[in-house]
Formats: sequence, structure tokens, C-alpha cells
Amino acid sequence: MTEVARKPQEEVKTSEEFLLKLDHVTMQFGGLIAVNDFDNGVKKYELLGLIGPNGAGKTTVFNVVTGIYYPTKGRVIFDGIDITPLKPHQITHLGIARTFQNIKLFYDLTVLDNVLVAQHHELSNPDADRILKKHGKPPKNTKKFWFWRAVSKLGYIKKEKEMVERAKELIERVGLSHVMYEKASALPYGEQRKLEIARALATKPKLLLLDEPAAGMNPKESEDLMEFIKRLKNEFKVTIFLIEHDMKVVMGICERIIVMDYGKIIAEGTPEEIQSNPRVIEAYLGKEWKNV
Amino acid sequence: MVEKRLKTSTKVWLTIIFIIFMGFLLWIADRTFDDYKLRVLRLIAIYGIMAVSLNLINGITGVFSLGHAGFILIGAYTASLLTLTPEQKAMSFLFGIQPWIEKLHTDFFTATIAGGAMAAFFAFLIGWPVLKLYGDYLAIASLGFAEVVRIWANNAMTITNGPLGLKAIPEYSNTWWVYGWLLFTVAFISSLVYSSYGRALKAIREDEIAARAMGINVFKHQLLAFVVGAFFAGVSGSLYAHWLTTIDPRLTTMGPMLTFYILIMIVLGGLGSITGSLIGAAIFAILFEWLRNLEQPFTFFGIHVPGIPGMRILVVSVIFILVMIFWQRGIMGREELTWENLYRWFSKLKREGEKS
Repeated sequence: MTEVARKPQEEVKTSEEFLLKLDHVTMQFGGLIAVNDFDNGVKKYELLGLIGPNGAGKTTVFNVVTGIYYPTKGRVIFDGIDITPLKPHQITHLGIARTFQNIKLFYDLTVLDNVLVAQHHELSNPDADRILKKHGKPPKNTKKFWFWRAVSKLGYIKKEKEMVERAKELIERVGLSHVMYEKASALPYGEQRKLEIARALATKPKLLLLDEPAAGMNPKESEDLMEFIKRLKNEFKVTIFLIEHDMKVVMGICERIIVMDYGKIIAEGTPEEIQSNPRVIEAYLGKEWKNV
Repeated sequence: MVEKRLKTSTKVWLTIIFIIFMGFLLWIADRTFDDYKLRVLRLIAIYGIMAVSLNLINGITGVFSLGHAGFILIGAYTASLLTLTPEQKAMSFLFGIQPWIEKLHTDFFTATIAGGAMAAFFAFLIGWPVLKLYGDYLAIASLGFAEVVRIWANNAMTITNGPLGLKAIPEYSNTWWVYGWLLFTVAFISSLVYSSYGRALKAIREDEIAARAMGINVFKHQLLAFVVGAFFAGVSGSLYAHWLTTIDPRLTTMGPMLTFYILIMIVLGGLGSITGSLIGAAIFAILFEWLRNLEQPFTFFGIHVPGIPGMRILVVSVIFILVMIFWQRGIMGREELTWENLYRWFSKLKREGEKS
């Protein structure tokens, strides 16, 4: 991962419509333009799908949003804050959580610890809290010296109990309580996916980014997952933005879909609109040869 | 972590009783052991502090640092220069001494803290560039740092007395000091590891990118572990110096060899396990002393073997290689010897006993 020099932050105004807005974002790697002038966003409490053939630049969009890449051009605005120059841990603190295409769990930790790790940022990110304060939003942590509290256990035990309780409740709600004390590596694939989503939810996000949640799942499993994602949205009141290859999943749950090809947005609309869009069909199936 | 079966208060009482019991054992040992055995007993504690502190950096946080000897050396020199009296310093520094260093003199406790603080300060300084690297590069850079410190100590005549070293350091490291510090080290580091911060450190070890995505400031936490580890390395350096009573910047006393010895201890005990580090340190200290027998002439099944100097290092290396081949995760792996685990093992044994 390359660390690019981060620009200072500036005050921005977003339209009320969008929770996350990518403002003409371009991401270029040398001669390759992975994302070309992406100008769209996620509306509050929306379930938005991002689809496109392999190499269309979908994951790059996620990496730009979560601060792993610094875009060549454009800005990313989340909840009225310009998050383009921020680092990944700060962005998570502000309320964007993600899962990965190839599951990235803390395999040697238990399910409970995996979820607990995701709550740690509330104690240890004063830099991100300053950004929140600057924009007139309440910081997530008001107390200081958590390190010394944690070591001396003075004024910490209560917090730890709270964290464990919250994590246990979350694990129960996603239906993993039977493996609470198992190591993450011991879980079957479908449950690992669920755990990854639970871990992302434990950061208390406003926006959840899911990178191919149904990858490698059989039809039965992906159907369960569809139900699960739908349930999450209502239960946790989060906005969900997901990348998916499985058309059935995307068409089944998304309210709005954005289609990318070669870094560009080629179509946008409801599932029905997308299904009948000739450009989308072309991108997936190839061009019709008219002169046969 | 497995589901809790023991109450927290039970565990606290058990721990207190255990500490008192160990204290009592130490008291008996302190009374009855001869001088040589006592020195080995103290060395176990000093090695224990070194191993536990390196384990925090290497095993828990997954930052493969090889610079521990550098921090130990900084702690050892800082503390020794503070406990030596001005007269002693004037006598042993043949090439003159910086006047401000000559005047400094404190008691052993303050000197040890100062040694730790100095090491922590250096860790903070070099942590900025070194922790930007990872994997092998970080290992090489930290090893390089330790060597730079050692070579500096070899050449800064007016501060460290160069290759002549510091002599006649008072032997303050008695059983109570070293085991007191060991207790504090283990309490501090295990309290850190079994808190939210410790979980974050383990998360960084498991997957840095995921840790970052979960809102953990990876660099800050690595630096934190590095500085805490270096502090206790400095403390152990001070204790080591007041145990050795003579220190010099040679390869074997406080050079890379020492780092590798500590590395052997933590890998033997299990990377990532605090109790494992302690067991590793104890085994290493005892084995290394016991193997001195090999360096004297001895008779083995009727064959007379002449003493070969350095033989014990060879044997330790062979043992270490065998452990690596057949027992890759060390004695404890990443498990800890806790009351919880002991209870579970005993109840399992009991159940199996009832079945048969």
C-alpha cells in the first residue's frame, strides 16, 4: 500500500441527498485508469449495488472510499465531511466499515475477540475524534488516557464489561452465539462471512461496504445471505453499499444498481432498468455482431 | 479465550496465594542456596524480563524486531553510570569522563527506572523510521540499530569507557529486586495484553490491513508496543548490569548474541505466550548453565571427552533446531498457563478418569 501525501482538510457542503458522495473521482495507476470520473453516491438508508465485469474497478472504488488509495482526482464526501485526505482508521471511526473480497479475519482470535477488536477504535482514535468535533459532531470517546486505564484497570473494568456485553449481543443477533469462543479459523466459510459482517457492524457504522459477500457460496448459502443482508439493513439502520458478482443476489436485494465497465459508470437504475439496459448486456455478454 | 468457568474473584485470590507461595519459596531459596545457584536463580528472572518484553513486540504485536540487545545495552549503561559513585567513575575512566556524567549518582531503583526510560526514549525515536518497514526489512533495520548502539558504546570513550567497559558495578541485583521487577513486568504486560489494547495488538499481528479497516491506528499501536517492550528491556539491562557487575560492549555480552538468546527463549516457550516466555527463559538459563559441564573434560560411557570451549552454544543450537523441526509452536504455542486453563485440564482429566 502506498502512502500518498495527504492534503489538508477543507470544509465542504454536500447535498442532503447523499450519505456518501464520490465527487468526480478518478484513480489512476500509472497508465491504467482503474476508476474514471466516478460521480455518484450512496443515499441514506439505501441498499446500493455496484456490479460490473472483472477488472471494472469496483474494488478500487471501495479502496478509495476507505482511504486505502488516495484518488488521483476528485473528492469523497461522507456525512458532510471531506474524507479524501483521511487515513483508513479515521474513516472507520467516522462511520464507514467494510468487508473484504477474500475474507480477512483475525484467524487466531476467537469470534468474540474478533468483534471486540472492532470496538477498540472508540478508545484510541483521538485524531479522528478531533475531526468529528471540528465538524460539530459528537466525538465517540470523551475520556482520555485509555492506555493507562487499560493497564492499571482503574476505570477500565466497567468499559470492558460494556464492550463484551455489546459484542455478545451483536454475535447473538447475527446468529453466531454457538461459536462465540471458537477461533475464527475453525468456522465454516459461510459463518466466516457472517463474522466479517458482524465485525464490521461492531464499529457502529453508518455505511457498510460489502465486497462480494456471496463470493464462493452455493445457491442455498447465498439465498440465506440475501435474507441476512436485508435483515441487517432494517435491524441496524445502516446504509449498505455492496459489490456483487452473483446477479441473483444483486437483483434480489438492491434498490438501486450502478454498473461499471472499464472504470466508467455505464448505467444506473433499479434492478428492472438494469436488466433491460442494452449497454449492460453488452458489457456482460459482448457486442452483437450486426453484419452476419 | 474460552468461556469463563471461574469467578474473577477466585482467580484474583488464587493469584495472590500463588505470589505469596512463590515469594516464600524464593525466601527459602535465598536462605539455603549457595552463591552459584542463587546467581542462576536471579539470571532466570532477568532473562524472564527480557523474554517477556521481547515477546510483547515479536509474539503479540508481530513486529519482528531484533534490536532488543540495543535497548538492554542502553538500559545497562544508563543505570550503571548512575549507580557508580563519582570516585569509582574517576578511577575506571582512564581517558577522562564527561564531567556531567561523573557527577550523576542515584540509588538503584531510580537508576533502573532511568535505564528503562532511556531505552523507551530511544525506542520512540527509532520506532518512527523502523516501524514504517515490515517483515525482514524491519528485522534488519532493528538489528542494525542494536549494532550501531553497541559500536557507539565501543567508541564513546568519555561516556561509556569504550572497550574497557564499566567495572566494579555494585551487585545490587539481589533476589528480591529481580523477582520484584519480574512480577511488575509480567503484571504490566499481561494487563496490557488482556485488555482492549492487547486485542488490537494481536489483531495487527493477524492481519494489518483488516486491523486498519477496523479503525486501529496500526503505526501508533506498534510504536506503543515497541516503546513498552523497550522500557522493560532497559530495566532488564539495568538488572543484568548489576548482576554481571562488569559490562562492556562485546558481541557476546550485549551484542546480537543476546538478542538471539532471547529469541531462542521466546520461540522455545511459544511466540505470543507470556507464560511460555517465562518457561523458555527458565529452561534456557538452567540449560545454558548446566551445559557448562560439557566444556570441562568428562567421561561419557567410558569415553573420555576433553573440554571444548563453546561446546554448549553448539548443543543449544542443535536443541533449538530440533525444537523448530518437531515442535514448531514452542512449548506453550499461543496458549497461556492461566487458572482457567488449568481448571479446564483438571476437569477434563477428572472426567476421563471417571469414564475408565
